[in-house]
Amino acid sequence: MSDGAVLIRGGRVVDPISGVDEVLDVSLANGVIAEVGKDLDSAGAEVVDASTLVVAPAFIDLHAHLCEPGGEHRETIASGARSAAAGGFAAVCAMPTTDPVTDDPASVGFVAAAGRRAGAARVYPVSNVSVGGEGKALVEFGEVLNAGAVALSDGGRSIRSTALLRLAIEYAQTFDVPIMTHGEDADLAGAGVMHEGVVSTRLGLPGNPGVAETIGIARNVALAEMTGGRVHFQRVTTARGVDLIRQAKARGVRVTAEVTPHHLVLTHEDVEGFRTDRKVDPPLRTRADMEGLREGLADGTIDAVATDHAPRHYDEKEAAFADAPSGVVGFETAFAVLHTRLVLEGAINLVTLIERLSAGPARVLGIEGGRLSAGAPADVVLIDPNEEWTVDPATRLSKSRNTAFGGWTLRGRTVGTYVDGRCVWQRSPA
Amino acid sequence: MRRAVDRMSREIVERLGGTDQLVLMGIQRRGVHLAEMIAAAIGEAEDVSVPRGTLDITLYRDDLMAVGPKPVVGESKLPPEGVDERAVVIVDDVLYTGRTARAALNELMDWGRPARILLCVLVDRGSRELPIQPDIVGRELSVLGHQRIDVHVPELDGELAVVLEEREAT
Amino acid sequence: MTRPTSGFGKDLVGLEPLTAQQIRVILDTAEPFKEISERRIKKVPVLRGKTIVNLFFEASTRTRVSFEFAEKRLSADTVNIGASGSSVQKGETLVDTARNLEAMRIDMVVIRHWASGAAAFLAERIPSHVINAGDGAHEHPTQGLLDILTLRDHFGDIEGLKVCIVGDVLHSRVARSNIFGLLKLGAEVAVCGPRTLIPRGIEELGVEVFTRVEDAIEWSDALNILRLQLERMKGGFVPTLREYNRVYGVTLPRLEAAPRELLILHPGPMNRGVEIDSDVADGPHSVILQQVTNGVAVRMAVLYLLAGGAPDLAESAKSEEDV
Repeated sequence: MSDGAVLIRGGRVVDPISGVDEVLDVSLANGVIAEVGKDLDSAGAEVVDASTLVVAPAFIDLHAHLCEPGGEHRETIASGARSAAAGGFAAVCAMPTTDPVTDDPASVGFVAAAGRRAGAARVYPVSNVSVGGEGKALVEFGEVLNAGAVALSDGGRSIRSTALLRLAIEYAQTFDVPIMTHGEDADLAGAGVMHEGVVSTRLGLPGNPGVAETIGIARNVALAEMTGGRVHFQRVTTARGVDLIRQAKARGVRVTAEVTPHHLVLTHEDVEGFRTDRKVDPPLRTRADMEGLREGLADGTIDAVATDHAPRHYDEKEAAFADAPSGVVGFETAFAVLHTRLVLEGAINLVTLIERLSAGPARVLGIEGGRLSAGAPADVVLIDPNEEWTVDPATRLSKSRNTAFGGWTLRGRTVGTYVDGRCVWQRSPA
Repeated sequence: MRRAVDRMSREIVERLGGTDQLVLMGIQRRGVHLAEMIAAAIGEAEDVSVPRGTLDITLYRDDLMAVGPKPVVGESKLPPEGVDERAVVIVDDVLYTGRTARAALNELMDWGRPARILLCVLVDRGSRELPIQPDIVGRELSVLGHQRIDVHVPELDGELAVVLEEREAT
Repeated sequence: MTRPTSGFGKDLVGLEPLTAQQIRVILDTAEPFKEISERRIKKVPVLRGKTIVNLFFEASTRTRVSFEFAEKRLSADTVNIGASGSSVQKGETLVDTARNLEAMRIDMVVIRHWASGAAAFLAERIPSHVINAGDGAHEHPTQGLLDILTLRDHFGDIEGLKVCIVGDVLHSRVARSNIFGLLKLGAEVAVCGPRTLIPRGIEELGVEVFTRVEDAIEWSDALNILRLQLERMKGGFVPTLREYNRVYGVTLPRLEAAPRELLILHPGPMNRGVEIDSDVADGPHSVILQQVTNGVAVRMAVLYLLAGGAPDLAESAKSEEDV
C-alpha cells in the first residue's frame, strides 16, 4: 500500500452504478479507489471504522453560486468549497453569475485556480453561454472549456432569444457539453417574486406562473430535439415541466434535469408570513408540483439533485419580501433534508437519493466520479444515517446563513468527505 | 332606596332653587339609570321635562395602561340644550375613590362651560383618593376595603337595591 | 422592552389574522368614537403622552390625514415622516429606519409602504405597536374596517350581505382587507373586473368572480368600487381608460337596471368618469363621504384598542365598579 492509503472498514457500501449495497471495505490509494471488497488488507493504511456508517460516492453539485469574484462578503470559493465538502460534496459547479461574470478563459481560470487552492471540494467552473450573460452573443466555448469549464449556462437567466439558444445548443455539439438552461419564459415570469396562486393572491405579491416554466421547457426541448444537442434543465419546479422532460426522454431527446432540495420539500405555502428566508428563484410551487418533482426524481426523469446554493449576506434578507433577494444556502443540509423528508418518509429509497446526488450529476456532465469501482476517483462520502441534529444557521461553514431550514430537526448527516483519496472534511466528534 | 332617590330629587331642586337650568348627566352605566329615575321624580313633582345626558368616562380614565379587563367604551351623549351656562348634576351610583368623578368633570369641561356642577351619588362608601366630595348623597355607608358595594337598578338588575359583597381575593 | 398588549396583540397588520369577534369589537368601539368628532372640543385625553409616528413611504393624503386626526383627537403626540426628502429617500433601509425610530422611544408606528409585508416586517422587529396603513397590494386593514362599518351602518348586519368589489383587485390592498374582513363576518363577497386585474386563485378564498359589471350589479347589495390607477393602462392591463369606463364603469343607467337599490362605496380618491360616474358618486346611494367620516372613528378605535383599551373579550360586559 502506498503513502496516504485509507481503508474504510465495514461500512454499508452503496454504489448505485455497480448496484452494490452491502457491508464491505473500501480502500483508497493514489487518489483512486483501489479495491472494494470483504476483509481487505489494512497494512500501511489509515483505517477508518465505518461500521455505523454508509459509504457512498461523494456528491456532485451541478448548481452552486460561490459568489467570487464580486460577492466575497457572502461566500468565497474557499468557504464555499469547504461548506460543500461538509455537505458530502466532492465537486461543485460554480455558476458564472459572478461580478464580473465568468465568461472568458481568464475568469474561468481564476475560478478553477481558486478552487484548487481551497483544497476542499473540487470546484468546476461553469462559463456563461452568452457574453456577459446578456443573451446577445456566444462566448468562446472552446476557449472557456479549455480553461477548465465543465459546462455552459447563463445561470438564473433564461436566454430570451430562441435563435441564440438554438445556435448555442448546436455549437456546443462540437465539444459535447450540455447547455444548462433555466427553462422559463422571462416575459411571462415577469416581476413575479413567488409562485402565482392563492398564496400570492392572499399576500398581494406579484406572481410567477408555473406556465412560464412549462413554456420555457417546451421551447428548449423543441430546440434539443431539432438540433440533436444536449440540453440540461436547471432547477425544474413544476409537475408539468417534469412531464415534458419525461416525454422528451422517451422520444430519445438528449435532455437532462435537476431539482433542488427546497423544491422537493417546500411549497408556496411555506412562504406564508413573508418568509424571505424561503424566497427562491424559481419560486416554491404547489403541493401537486412538489409531488410531481418527487415522482420525477424517483423514476429518473430528474437526473440530479442540485442545491442552487445561493449565499446571501445576513442583512440582505432583512427586507420586505419583494425587496429581498432570492436564494438559500444548501450544501450542508441537502442530504439530511432529503434523507429525512424523502427517504425516511418513503418517497424514494436511499440508493436513489445517493444516485441523484452522485452518479446522476456525473452523467449529466459526462465526467468521472459518482461511482465506487476500482480505478474511479477516490471521491467518497461517509454518512451517519442515524444522527439526529438541528439546523442552526449560525454554525454552518458557509459564510452566509440564509438557510430555508433553520430550526429543522433532521436525521442523517454527512460525517466525512474524501476527494482524490484525501480527507477534505471530517465531522469532529460531538 | 326609592325614598332615597325621591329625597335626592327634592334636594337637587332645592339646592338649585328650581329646575330652569337643570341638566342631569348620568355616568355609564348605572348612573344613567339613576339619572332617569331622578328625572322622572323631578318631572312628576315639578311638572317639567328635565334634560338628560350620559357620560362615558372610559376615555378619561387614568388607568388605561394598567393591566386588567377594560370596559367597552360606552356612549357619551349631550342633551340637545348642551351644558353651557347650565347647572349640571353628575349622577352616579357609588362614590369611592373619586377618580370617576374627576374623569367626569374633565369630560364635562371638554363639552362646554357649565355655570355650576353638582355631584349626586346614591351611595358614598368613603375612602376617597382625591379631594372630591359629593353634594347630594342617598346613603353613606362605611365599608371595609375588601368589601364591594353594588347598586342594582331595575333596568339592568331587576331591582333597586344596594348590595354589600365580600370582594374576591386577588 | 416589551409593552403591554391588549386582546388584539401588539399590532394591526391586517384583517386576515383577526377573528370575527375582534373585528366586531373594533367596529363596536368605533361607534362611540364617531361622536367625539361631533363635539365642539374634538379631543379626549386617552392617549395623552403617547408618541405616534406616521411613517409614509408612499404618498397619501387621505389616509395620513385621517390617521392624524384620529391621533390628535385622542391627544397623542404625532410626527409625520414622508418618503420625499427624508432619510428613506437617501437609501436607508426599512430596518434602519425602524431602529432609529425605536431609539427615540416611540409608542406606535403607522406605516404605509409600497412593499407587501412591510408592516409585518416592521412589527416583528420593533416593540412599538405597528398599524398597517397599507402595504403594497397586501392589506389596508383600517380601510377595510371603515368600509365594513359603513356597510353595517346601512344594513345593520353584515351576515348574508352581498358585497362586490369592482375594479383593479390585482393591485388592491383595499380589496384584500375587505375580502378577509367581510368573509369573516359572514358576508358573501364577489369581485368584478377584467381578468387581467383579477388575481389567480382568488376563488379559493371563497370569492365569486364576475367579468361583467352588469352581472355584478344584479347580484349585489353593495358595490365597493376601486380606483383604477392610471398607470395600469401603461402596464397594458386595460387598453384605455375610455374603454374601461365603457365596459366596467359604474354608471347610473347600469344601476337603474338593477333589481334593488345598491349602496355605493369607493375608497377614494375617485377617477370620475373612469370607474365611477359623477352622478353615481354624488347620487343618493353613495356613502363615499360617510366612509371618510367613519375612517377617523375606526382609526381612533384601533389606536385606542392597541394602546391598551381592548376589553377582555370574554368579560367585556362586566366590570363596571367605580374606579
